[in-house]
Amino acid sequence: MIRFTEVTFTYAEAAEPTLREIDLTIEEGELCVVVGPTGSGKTTLLRAINGLVPHFTGGHLSGEVSVDGRSTREYPPRELADVVGVVGQNPSASFVTDVVEDELAYTMENLGIAPTVMRRRVEDTLDLLGLHELRARPLMTLSGGQQQRVAIGAVLTASPRVLVLDEPTSALDPAAAEEVLASLTRLVHDLGMTVVLAEHRLERVIPFADRMVLVPGRGEPLIVGTTAEIMATSPVAPPIVELARLAEWSPVPLSVRDARRMAEPLRRRLSEVHTPSPAPDPDLVPPPVVVVEQLSVAFGEVMALGGVDLQARRGEVVAVMGRNGSGKSTLLAQLAGVRPPTKGRVDVLGQAPSGLPPRKLIKLVGLVPQDAGVLLYGETVAAECATADSETGLPPGTTAAMLAAVLPGMSMEHHPRDLSEGQRLALALAVVLAPAPPLVLLDEPTRGLDYPSKHRLVTLLRKLAARGDCVVLATHDVELVAQVATRAVVLADGEVVSDGAARDVVCHSPVFAPQVAKILAPDPWLTVDEVRHALTGARR
Amino acid sequence: MSRRQPAASSRRGLHPAAWWLWAGCMAGAAISTTNPLLLALIASVAAFVVSAKRTSAPWSRSLVVFFRLGIAVIVVRVVIEIIFGNRLPGLLLFTLPQVPLPTWAQGVSIGGPVTVEAVLQAAIQGMRLAVVLICFGAANSLASPYRLLRCLPAVLYEAGVAVTVSLAFAPEVVMAIAGVRDARRLRGRPTRGVAGLRGMAIPVLESALDRSLQLASSMDARGYGRRVAVVRRTRRLGTGATSVGLLLVIAGVYGALDTGALPAGGIPFVAVGAVLVGLGMAAGGRRTNRTRYRPDVWRLPEWLVAGSGVVVLSSLIVAPMIGVPGLQMQIYPLQFPLLPLLPAAGILIGLLPAVVAPVDRISSATRMTGTAAAAPAPPTVGRRPSLETAEGTVA
Repeated sequence: MIRFTEVTFTYAEAAEPTLREIDLTIEEGELCVVVGPTGSGKTTLLRAINGLVPHFTGGHLSGEVSVDGRSTREYPPRELADVVGVVGQNPSASFVTDVVEDELAYTMENLGIAPTVMRRRVEDTLDLLGLHELRARPLMTLSGGQQQRVAIGAVLTASPRVLVLDEPTSALDPAAAEEVLASLTRLVHDLGMTVVLAEHRLERVIPFADRMVLVPGRGEPLIVGTTAEIMATSPVAPPIVELARLAEWSPVPLSVRDARRMAEPLRRRLSEVHTPSPAPDPDLVPPPVVVVEQLSVAFGEVMALGGVDLQARRGEVVAVMGRNGSGKSTLLAQLAGVRPPTKGRVDVLGQAPSGLPPRKLIKLVGLVPQDAGVLLYGETVAAECATADSETGLPPGTTAAMLAAVLPGMSMEHHPRDLSEGQRLALALAVVLAPAPPLVLLDEPTRGLDYPSKHRLVTLLRKLAARGDCVVLATHDVELVAQVATRAVVLADGEVVSDGAARDVVCHSPVFAPQVAKILAPDPWLTVDEVRHALTGARR
Repeated sequence: MSRRQPAASSRRGLHPAAWWLWAGCMAGAAISTTNPLLLALIASVAAFVVSAKRTSAPWSRSLVVFFRLGIAVIVVRVVIEIIFGNRLPGLLLFTLPQVPLPTWAQGVSIGGPVTVEAVLQAAIQGMRLAVVLICFGAANSLASPYRLLRCLPAVLYEAGVAVTVSLAFAPEVVMAIAGVRDARRLRGRPTRGVAGLRGMAIPVLESALDRSLQLASSMDARGYGRRVAVVRRTRRLGTGATSVGLLLVIAGVYGALDTGALPAGGIPFVAVGAVLVGLGMAAGGRRTNRTRYRPDVWRLPEWLVAGSGVVVLSSLIVAPMIGVPGLQMQIYPLQFPLLPLLPAAGILIGLLPAVVAPVDRISSATRMTGTAAAAPAPPTVGRRPSLETAEGTVA
């Protein structure tokens, strides 16, 4: 269905090719997952399928990419729109109209599909993706996850033979992600659609994948194989596979169900050891950094937050979870004083952040927003660090030193836009952390991060907490919560529905439980590391 | 809300062209008068209709922006008049120090005596422009410009890429400003004043341009501008005829406004131009085989809304012809303006849309589903079952 023949692609002004001599064939009716470190060329590979690379990016592509027998050399993206549907990394950037229903119909209108057929397909898609309540909503007012589903629906309506998705679940909460992946599997199985998707959160996609393509980056050849083959040896692996390697299960299970069947001996062994320590010592209660009282925020008639009470203390890592549009980002923006609350009070170490002048604010609160790139305007990484120092009155070199601590060995000459997602996050983190704010806020920090970058982030956050800072992160990434959070707060429709020790909250929630917890339930184990420690401790 | 309940619930608000026609007529009415009472009446009619019929969509808030813009226009117009304006005789307000200018700049004056008459005249001229702006703001609030674009015939739709991208540019800039301001606050940079403005300009333009490029690539990837095989000559013929026709129409309209510039008031130009445009569209229409999803329909409410606009405009055009005074503001001698009854009554007919226009579904999205849930409720209905099965495996 999709055929890459000796494809080499070099971006304009790039010294090295991003893709080098790629030969790849993806058969019809396959669900193929593309994995690899950030910046390895996954997105380039995906966008080459319908010719957006090189038709819109520039650069030089040699070799041939063909879809359904049509070469992208002869057919521009618009002529392939009936065969390939592409959903980009940032759904809101792909919207062409302004209302959900029109957006769903747009491709069909261009393809000249009969109005009666269009009508039916729009209704089917609305049902398939659970969008029917949003059909008349303006796209700009949707939450990130809702936008993602509309973007997927907008290409689905044209019923393309090939669906290409770049991190389709990165903005979705666990339940919504499962739903989207389930509908994709249904399309593959029922209609024989070919699906190619890139994803960092392997734990989400592995049960659904037929084949995997590992893009190692730096022009190295692709590694292609069935999911089980790749997972047996892959350097990046989701918790389920790591647990399998630890417990020496063979073959490697790919779904929680398979793993649970194999996990009986491990569970018995672990229950003999001891259960993981529940909560920290309640006598040692450090002073609160943030106090939120009866906080309400309204956007017009929409109530984003309604009467939220929350405290976060020194040394705590608080994870704010909840489905898409539940008010997580709004809460973080409030803590950072981006705008004043509609009602109620936010207090950070005795001060209301929304009333502070920017210069004082950053010494108190640091927020890394969902798209970390919006914080960066410098021409180069070095310039960015230098302005950060001079503007905040820090001694020169502070930010650069912080950057070296966050991510060693980064090139200082790149433009922030040319960095990979992980590098950009590191730079934004360095800029925000340099003035040493006692309250650090992160909005969806693992979006687009590969496992090594995520691991570095976890180490850094633990270090911050150990230093006595307070970290609040809004995230859908349950594995991140399992690794780093001490407390978890679940929001629903702008209200706090549960607030407690991370272990209690996530283990008791079917949606937010990490893979290890699902496999080893009812015992509250969260991460592979915990299990490893427990086992080695027992051996000693 | 609408009297035509069944029809209203099955359709998607008024045809956007009806709103734009209505607003265009209101703007035309504003241009043809300088009576501040009538101008204020037009602005309040437009504002009332918007407040009655606008939706909760983001573009519905544009009326406020246009109101502010209108006030700015009046202020700028008055300030320019005070500094550079004509030195109209009359009641002296104050005298500005005059700047002596060289003889080659005799037509211009800077400073000098400022009279009540001069300021008033400038304010009224500014007000007229402001009311025109408010009428367009009203159209923007009532019908999204994208939807109007959808109604364009296929030939003009070709130019649509440019129009869509530029239409998206303005809201993108507004959104980018908000985003950049928040980001600058998080970086501890000033968000107000000259320093704030200077630092924001480049990132705002950069991100808005970026977004426009992404929009273009996204439109392409989704099949915009696909061609069906058409003989190249037909294609050129279509484009050529449309462009020449449009030029002729513009020339003809100019001739009709500026009597004596063209033979027969330019009417032959308009006629020939219209025929050419029609032919060009017919030829070019075969180039793309687009279809419409739920095309906007033109029914009784559309006729009433558009008609009410035409009545407003014609009442102001007819009034001076039949000798109704008071359409223009009297400056010499200065007197308080009268409210001429016929034009005022005509303008009030412009309120008709507030009664007859159906409410756009966007305003109350949940009405469609029949549930009482609030509009922003997350769409969880579809995924509840899977959530429960997940619970079963874990617990």
